[in-house]
Parts: sequence; C-alpha cells; structure tokens
Amino acid sequence: MKLKMLATASATAIMLASPVLAENVLRWTSQGDALTLDPHSQNEGPTNAMNGQIYEALVTRDAALVLQPELAESWSADADGWTFNLRKGVTFHDGSALTAEDVAFSFERALHQASDFKEQAKSVVTVEVIDDYTVKLKTDGANPILPNQLTSIYIMDKGWAETNNVMSPQDFKAEEETYAVRNANGTGPFAVASRAPDELTVLTRNADWWGDDLFPGNIDKIEYRPITNAATRVAALLSGEVDFVLDPPLQDLARIDAADGLGMVTVAQIRSIFFGMDQGIDQLRSSNVEGNPFKDARVREAFNLAMDRDAIQRVVMEGLSFPTGMITPPGVLGNTPDNDPPYGFDPARARALLADAGYGDGFSIQLDCPNNRYNNDEKICQAAVSMLAKIGIDVKLDAIPKAQHFPKIQKRETDFYMLGWGVPTLDSHYVFSYLLAGEGSWNATGYSNGRVDEITAAITSEIDIDKRTKMIVEAWDLVKADMPYVPLHHQVLAWGISDNVDIQIAADDAFRPRFAVMK
Amino acid sequence: MFFFILRRLGQSLLVMAIVSAVSFSLFNFVGDPVNNMVGQDATREQRIEIRQQLGLDDPILSQYTRFLGNMVQGDFGLSYRIKRPVDDLILERLPATLELVFVSAVIALVVGITLGIYTGIRRGTWASRAILSVSLIGVSLPTFIIGIALIYLFAVHLRWLPSSGRSGTIDFGWWKTSLLTVDGWRAIILPAITLSLFQLTLILRLVRAEMLEVIQTDFIKFARARGLSERAVNFRHALRNTLVPVITIIGLNTGGLIAFSVITETVFQWPGTGLMFIQAVDFVDVPIMAAYLVFVALLFVVINLVVDILYFIVDPRIRLGG
Repeated sequence: MKLKMLATASATAIMLASPVLAENVLRWTSQGDALTLDPHSQNEGPTNAMNGQIYEALVTRDAALVLQPELAESWSADADGWTFNLRKGVTFHDGSALTAEDVAFSFERALHQASDFKEQAKSVVTVEVIDDYTVKLKTDGANPILPNQLTSIYIMDKGWAETNNVMSPQDFKAEEETYAVRNANGTGPFAVASRAPDELTVLTRNADWWGDDLFPGNIDKIEYRPITNAATRVAALLSGEVDFVLDPPLQDLARIDAADGLGMVTVAQIRSIFFGMDQGIDQLRSSNVEGNPFKDARVREAFNLAMDRDAIQRVVMEGLSFPTGMITPPGVLGNTPDNDPPYGFDPARARALLADAGYGDGFSIQLDCPNNRYNNDEKICQAAVSMLAKIGIDVKLDAIPKAQHFPKIQKRETDFYMLGWGVPTLDSHYVFSYLLAGEGSWNATGYSNGRVDEITAAITSEIDIDKRTKMIVEAWDLVKADMPYVPLHHQVLAWGISDNVDIQIAADDAFRPRFAVMK
Repeated sequence: MFFFILRRLGQSLLVMAIVSAVSFSLFNFVGDPVNNMVGQDATREQRIEIRQQLGLDDPILSQYTRFLGNMVQGDFGLSYRIKRPVDDLILERLPATLELVFVSAVIALVVGITLGIYTGIRRGTWASRAILSVSLIGVSLPTFIIGIALIYLFAVHLRWLPSSGRSGTIDFGWWKTSLLTVDGWRAIILPAITLSLFQLTLILRLVRAEMLEVIQTDFIKFARARGLSERAVNFRHALRNTLVPVITIIGLNTGGLIAFSVITETVFQWPGTGLMFIQAVDFVDVPIMAAYLVFVALLFVVINLVVDILYFIVDPRIRLGG
C-alpha cells in the first residue's frame, strides 16, 4: 500500500513538474445528482442534464432554445407522421454504428410501461425503419409539434441493450438494479469515465463525436460534484474548487458577482408562477362565506388587481423576476408582447369590484403554498397575504413542503394555491392541456371554457402553422378575460460562473458543455 | 446471567418493534412520494397505477406488516428515488459514515480528555478559563453554523482544505476508505471536527468535573502525603479514577454520533448514510427512510445491550438485584 501511494505521489509530482499539454477540466456543481444513467427511467432535471451530455436525441435545442438537428440531419411532416433522416457515420461510445434500428428500439423503450417518458413520446404510434438512415415516426393523425416533444427522448444502442439485458427501463417490481443504471453507451460528446453517485461523476471527451469540429466547446473532462447544501455550494465556487454553480441561491448572487474572478449570468426561465382559484366547486372549503365567490369574474379580477407585482419583484425577488399577466413565459409559442403585460395594480378598483359582487366586507380563505419548490415561494405567498388584506380578504397561509403541497392540487383539495409551470415543448398546447382544459390533470381551478377546450383539441392536429398560431392567441385572449388564475411573474435563472470559462446560459436551465469554452 | 441477557434481548426487540411502527406511521405525514416519482406530465391514471404498484393505498397496518415481513427476510425494497436496492445503498454509504464517526470520536476523546485534565489540574489559570469559555461554543452553536463557519475560514478564506466532499478513496472490496491518503485526510478533517465539537465539550467538562472531585478525595491526599510526584498523583491515581463514567458516556454517544451525523454530512456533502437520509426525506423515499430509522434504532439497542451486559459484569450490585 505504501509503495502504491508513493508511486501515485511521485506520478503527481512529475505531472506537476513537466509542462504537459494542459487538459481543460471543467468542474461544476448543482444541488442534485442524476438519479440514474438510464435515459428512459427518470424524467427529472438533473438526470436529463447528465444524460443529455452522454446520450443524444434526434433533435435538440441550442442555448437560445431554437430547434437544431442532433442525430437527425433533417425531418419533414406528412399527414400520418414525421420522417427523420439520420446523420451518417455516428458511432456509440463502444464503437458500434448508429442505425435506424437503434432509433426504433429507443422509441419502443421510451414507450415501455416502466418508462418515465411514455407521456412525452405517446403520440408516436409505431416507428417504421425505411432504410439504415431513415425512420418514420408514425403518429395517430397529424402532430404538428412532434419534434418539440422529442428533445429528451435519447437514443440507445440496441445491441448494447441486448447484450446487457436492459431492453426496458428499470421498474419497481425488480429486485436488482439493471446494468444501465450505472453504465452508459451513448453517442454524445462525453462518455462516462467514472461514477460515484452523490460524490463525483467524471465524463471525458468523446474524440469520435460527430460534432467535434462543429461546436466551439473545448472541454476535455467534466467533473460533476453535486452539493446538496446551498451555502456549501457557494463556498465551493468562492474557494475556486468548482468553476460553475448551476443553482446558487438568490441571496448569494451579489456576493458571487462581487468576488474576484467570478461572475453571474441571468436569463428569464421557462417557468411562470401564479395562483389558482377554484371557481368550479359550489362551496369553498376554507371560506367563511356561503357559496363560492370565485365563481364571480369580478372577484377574480379583484384578486388580480390587488397584486402589486412590481413590489414582489423588487422586495421579495431582489429584482430577479418578470411580472406578467400570463401563466406561460416568452419563448413559448402563444406568449406575445401584447398579452404578456401584467394586470394593473389598483386596490381601490379591486375593493369596488368586491363590493359590486356582494363581498364589500371581504371574506376569508386559505392559500396553499409550497415552501421548497420555487424561488422564494413562501415569501411570495406572505407578500400576497398582506396585499389581499388591503382589499379586505382575510387569507390564512399554509406553506408546506412540495411533497405535501402538490397532492392537494392533484386531489382537488385546495381553494386557492400557488403553482409554477414550465413548458418543455415550448408550445401553448402543453399549458392548455394541463392547466386550462376542463379535464386538465393540473387544472384545479375548475375552469372550463368550451372554446378553449375546442382549440386545445384542434391544435394537436392543425398543420397550417399560421392558422394554428391564430387559434392559440385566440384561446389566450379568452383566458385573459376569464382570469381563472392570478399570474405573478416568470422566474429568472442565475448561474454563477468563474471568469476562466465561457458558458452560455439557457432558459431551460440545462448546461450545454458543447458550447463551453475554457480560456 | 443468561436470563438477564434474555430479558434484555426481549426488551430490545420490543423497543425495535415500537420504534419501527412509530416511524412507519410518521411517513403518512411526510407527503406523497408519487408526485416526485413521475414527471409533471404524468396522467392521473399513471399516478394511480404507481400508487397501486407500491401498495400506497393499502391500510397503514398492512403496509407495516408487509414491511416487517420483508425486513425480517433482509429485503428493504427498492428506493423510490434511485430505484436501487436499499440494503445495497446503505452498505455502500456506511463506510463513509463510520469513518467520519471514528475520526471525530478520536478527536473528541483525545482533545476532550487532554483539555479536561488540564483544566482540572490548572484550574483558575487564564488558559483554563479561555478553554472553558470557548468550549461553550461547542454546545451552544448549532452544527450547521459551525460547519459553514469552518468552511468559510479554512476553504474559502485560507484555502487550506477542501470545502466539501470525500476524496482520495481506496477500495478494499466493498469497503471504500479515505483514511489512507493525504487527500482523504484533508477532506475528513473539517467534517470530523464539526461532528466532534459537541462530544468534545461534553467529555472535556465531564473529565474536568471528575478530576476536581477525585483530587479532593482522601486517597489522593494520602498519595500526596506519601511524597509521590505530582505527575504520578495526577495521572496514575487521579485520572484512572475519572475514566469510568467517561467510558460509559463515550459508549452511549458513539450511537449518537452516527445518528446525528445527518447534519454534518449534509453541510459537507459527505456521502454517508446521513446525507442519503436527508435526500430521502426530501423526496419521500419511504423505503430508505424506513430502513435507516430501523438501522439507527438497532444501533442504539445493540449499544445499550452491550453497556448493560458490561455493567452486569462490572457491578455486582446489578447481579444481586437481577
């Protein structure tokens, strides 16, 4: 043992002494580690971020979130699906070639019952292999936004999956973990060199990557160390142990920016924060009045007018939010400069509206709020409580962990609640179908507008883009008038980055190492 | 002797059953794991399906009996979060926690006893007063604050030590140790000090109090009267007699160190069982939480049992009473 240590020590000494070609090592951290390297097992932020460096999809998004070719070079739609022309000469990390069979297999796997991506991939009915480099994803009727839904459906090697018996993702009935949980064989720019979950994952540059000459990135090695505690994460950046923190806490940003050799970048995130009001139920659960005041549009407008969104931005969010009148952010098709501005702040008019509606003396209600999910979620709710108090609404705040909060929305056990919504497809259909359609699984407002439901159904198959966009905007106009929600703001993302590396921030909070340049 | 141990063993089993039942029923209030397990775009049907697969809608009593039945067979199930067998995960994380606890116990012991003797013998000097005042920090400041303060001083400001993580590990079969390399020691120092401070203060004050008491006794006065050197009186006679209660406390507190390494491990991203437990609570990963709590309960029960048996051997009065 001593000998071995000595050998290591002298090897280190030699490495330090001789001017070897410097390797560009990027060390970074964020709160959570990837849960698994199986690309179809868990649809979760840090997991997708890690797997997105190792595996690739047919299409991807750049830092500006514009759709770009990845494993497919081009694609086209017709009435019953989309045809993708695969990039030629692509190999997996173990050297085997990428063919259409691998794509067909990967979609079957992503649609498997144990896959966490079956909802995202569900419009694909079958995959037809036309030749080695052409696949047709057949859909049930036309799907105008299929490529948008495929950016995190990663492609695996069929042969590798067969050899290692990982033809389907891990399910909960299994006794053992499968091979794919800690081993990976993708086509991406980086390959797994070593992995110790929650400690350190080392990825090394894939020299055979197809995009080697096409992208500016010059990272040879990525060391990812998750750090659960926010203060420790910031300390690691300040002490120079990491070059990049994906999720520094808002209150530490000024300090990071002021430190020598460190900086921060911000961008509006694809996530909007809002309150939902249950206008469907006949008797509110937590109120002191008979019936349901939220059924009256004047009450919902009063709630919207009572919110001083600028004050929330200034005082609670330290400037890091964009006040809005929409529940979906710019970047998502349907949010326009015309419909994004917030409702005005007018407590006097709010009071008058309440009086008109017969609630001149106000009423009481409970606000359900998470305390560990969104930026400053509990503080926002506290601010809203005092703003609503000014128009005579007596709000009782219940701020609880997300694991208890979200089931309340799921089970429709809340009158008035906070929710944030991100849109991976960047299309309003995702928002309509979950939050606004009468049957939407996250629509706990009871809101149902026949025309909005009609449009939600129509835009799944309307291929004429202009016509489709017009319908989307029409639906948003209806929603703006009906006001089922109280939109607050779009969240802002901030990354802390060392000056020795150039990293492009993206609104989907995903780190794209292929664009990262070390100086 | 045999019946004494048998009775203690029976009591231990009862304690285990109660602890596991209480902790299991608490899980009902932690929240719904399903929401964390599926993406936001999962349908209601998918959520219901997973609830049924995991048996979450069964009555809590039948969930508990199922859990006990599996546990007795050594099967703790699959983690909801990582989808790996829980016993594998705990075995994988245990070396990190045990090494951290070992190093901090050694620090607490060596520094605690040394300073305890010093402040006991040289009471009233400014150095003793300073040590006693500073030691108050050990008991009064929360671990979290001490940990962050150490990180900012030694990692951010002075840059002598790494701020977090466990590095320089060497594998011995399934045991991964970090105690054989310089990197490993550099990484363990700050978390070990943080975890040891409370115990250190406790031992320091205990040794000091015992010293002060023993020094007043007749046999020490007699030893002095015999003209023995100060050194022999203090160390051969006084110290030996102070150590009995100290050993008891150390035994009991080692279990505490393991159980309460949770916060230290979180602050320093130390990849042990405590960090895993915190992540499990956040995610409502019931299999891991259940297994961890059973594990900690088992630890306390075993240590108590051993201490009881030792007492039985050491103290004849218990033997007579039993």
